[in-house]
Amino acid sequence: MALDMSAKAAGPIPLDVSFRVAPGELMALVGHSGSGKTTILRSIAGLWTPAHANISVGGQPWLDTETGVDLPAHCRRVGIVFQSYALFPHMSALANVVAAMGHVPRRDKVDKAMELLSLVNLTGLEHRKPAALSGGQQQRVALARALAREPAALLLDEPFSAVDRATRQILYRELRALRSHLRMPTVLVTHDLEEARELADRIVVIEHGRLVRTGTTAEIMFDPAALRAMGLRDLVSVLPAAVEAHEHDGLTRLSTPAGQIWLPGIDTGPGARVQVRIHAHEVIVARQRPQEISALNVLPAVVKGLAEGDGPGAVVRLDLAGHELLARITARSVHALSLEEGAPCFAILKSMAVARDDVQHDPS
Amino acid sequence: MDWTALWLSLRLAGWTVLILLPLSILLGRLLAYRRFRGKGLAEALIMLPLVMPPTVFGFYLLVAFGANSPVGGIWQSLVGRQLVFSFEGLVLASVVLNLPFAIQPAQRGFEAIPTEVREAAQCCGLSPLRSLWKVELPLAWPGLLTAMVLTFAHTLGEFGVVLMVGGSIPGETKTIAIAIYDRVQAFDDQSAAIMSAVLLAISLATISLTFWLSARVGRRLG
Repeated sequence: MALDMSAKAAGPIPLDVSFRVAPGELMALVGHSGSGKTTILRSIAGLWTPAHANISVGGQPWLDTETGVDLPAHCRRVGIVFQSYALFPHMSALANVVAAMGHVPRRDKVDKAMELLSLVNLTGLEHRKPAALSGGQQQRVALARALAREPAALLLDEPFSAVDRATRQILYRELRALRSHLRMPTVLVTHDLEEARELADRIVVIEHGRLVRTGTTAEIMFDPAALRAMGLRDLVSVLPAAVEAHEHDGLTRLSTPAGQIWLPGIDTGPGARVQVRIHAHEVIVARQRPQEISALNVLPAVVKGLAEGDGPGAVVRLDLAGHELLARITARSVHALSLEEGAPCFAILKSMAVARDDVQHDPS
Repeated sequence: MDWTALWLSLRLAGWTVLILLPLSILLGRLLAYRRFRGKGLAEALIMLPLVMPPTVFGFYLLVAFGANSPVGGIWQSLVGRQLVFSFEGLVLASVVLNLPFAIQPAQRGFEAIPTEVREAAQCCGLSPLRSLWKVELPLAWPGLLTAMVLTFAHTLGEFGVVLMVGGSIPGETKTIAIAIYDRVQAFDDQSAAIMSAVLLAISLATISLTFWLSARVGRRLG
C-alpha cells in the first residue's frame, strides 16, 4: 500500500511536487514555514484540493483532477496528527479514540481503543479530558486516535512542536518503537532537521512548493544546497557529555569522549549526563593544535567525510572519538588545509557559542 | 390576570424558538465556516431588525404580509386565511424579528470551534452529519442555548411589531405585553402589575437557567 502523489497549483501556495512513499516507510517533508509542506499533507487528507493533482493510496485513487475523482476527507482512510492535536475537548481520551472507529463493530470499540491507548503508554488516563492531560499526553492521544482509523496513510503535521525538548526525545523514542507495528506509508512534516534525522527513513527538502532534494538522512545532512534551503542554523550535532564541575569563574567543565570542554555555567549538578547541541557553523577546524587562542575547547578529531556544494560552503564530518561532529566551513579553507578523509585535525569550539538552552539533561 | 394572553405569548415564543433553532444551526454554521461574496451584506441584513424602529419594521412586515403582496397572496391561496392579524402571521413576524438574536450567538458558538477540530472530525471518518451531532453541536451548544433563550425572552416582551402586524385580537394576536398596555390604558393597574410581575419572573428564570447551564458547560470543558 504505497502512497503516490503528484500535484501542481499556482496559488495561494504554489505547489509542484511528485513523490511516492513506500509501505512502512516514514518520509519527512522538511522546509521553512510557508514552503508548502503542510499544504501537501492537507491535500493528501482531502482538506485542500490543488488545481491539478493525482493522489492514490494502495492503487486506490483518492484524488484525480483529470477524471474528477475526489474522495471527501471523511471517506479517505487517513490518520492525521495535527500540530495543535485538535482533540475533541468534550470527550475523554478514550472517547476521542473511539470517535475514529466508525468501521469497528460497536462491542469491540472500547477494547480496541484501550489497546491503542496502552500502545502509546496512556493506560490509566483513559477517562481524562484533554484539558486534564499534559502536552505530551495529548500528543499520544492524538496519535492513538490517528491509528484508530486503521489508516492507509499516516500523516504527522509538526506533531512534536508544542512539547518541550525533553518530552520530545521521549516521544521520538516511543514513535520509533511504535513503527515496528506500522505497515502504512507515513509522512512527517517538520521544520526541524534534527527531528527528521531522528525519525525518518528518507528526507525530502521542500522550498517554494518544490522538492529541492530527496535522500537518506545522511545524504541530506551532508548536502550544502539542501541545508541552504532549510537555513544553515538547522545543522547541529549532538555530543554526549558528563558534568564534571562548576568552576569558580562561572564556567562548567564537562568531559566528553574526546576530552574536556568548558561551557558557560549550567544548572545540572556534577555527575549528570547531558547532551550538548553544537551548531555546525560555530565549529572551527585546524590542522595543528592552535597556540594562544581564546577558544577554550580544542578537541582532536579525524575527518570522516566532506561535502562541497555549488556555493562557497562545505560541510566537514568529523569523528570525535566515535561521535560525529559537523562543521560548516568555506570550501576555500577545505583546500587551504587540504582536508580529506582520514586527515587528523582539531575541532575548535568557543565556549560562548553554546547557549544554555543547547545543553539538555540526557533522558536515557 | 389575562391567562389567554400569557398562554398566547408562551405559544408564540415556543414556536419562534422551534423554527429558529434549526434555522440558526444552518445559517450560523454557514456564516461561521464559509467565506462567500456578499457575506457582509447577509450579516448586516440579519442584524437589521436590531436597529430598525419596531413600528417601521412592523409597517414593512404588514405591507409584505398583506393579501396584495406575494407572500400574503401565496399564504392566502394555500391556507385560505389572511396572514396579517393572524397567529401564523405573528409567528412569521416574530421569526424575522428574532433572526439577529438567534443567528448571532449561534454563529459565535460555531466560530469558537477551532478549524482543526472540525478537520480532525472529518479525518476521523465522521460524515458531515455525524460531525455536527458528535462534535460541533456539543461544542457550540452554549451559543445555541444563548440564542434560544434570548429569542424566547425577547418574543415574550415584543410590543411594537406585534401590535402593527397582529393588532390586538384576544386569543389570536393579543400577547401578554399588549394585554399589559391594554390594562394600563384602562386604569386597571392591579392587573397590569400582576402580569408585569409574571413576565419579570419568567424572564428572570430563563436568564438564570442559561447562566447555570453555561457554568456547567464551562466546568465540563474546563
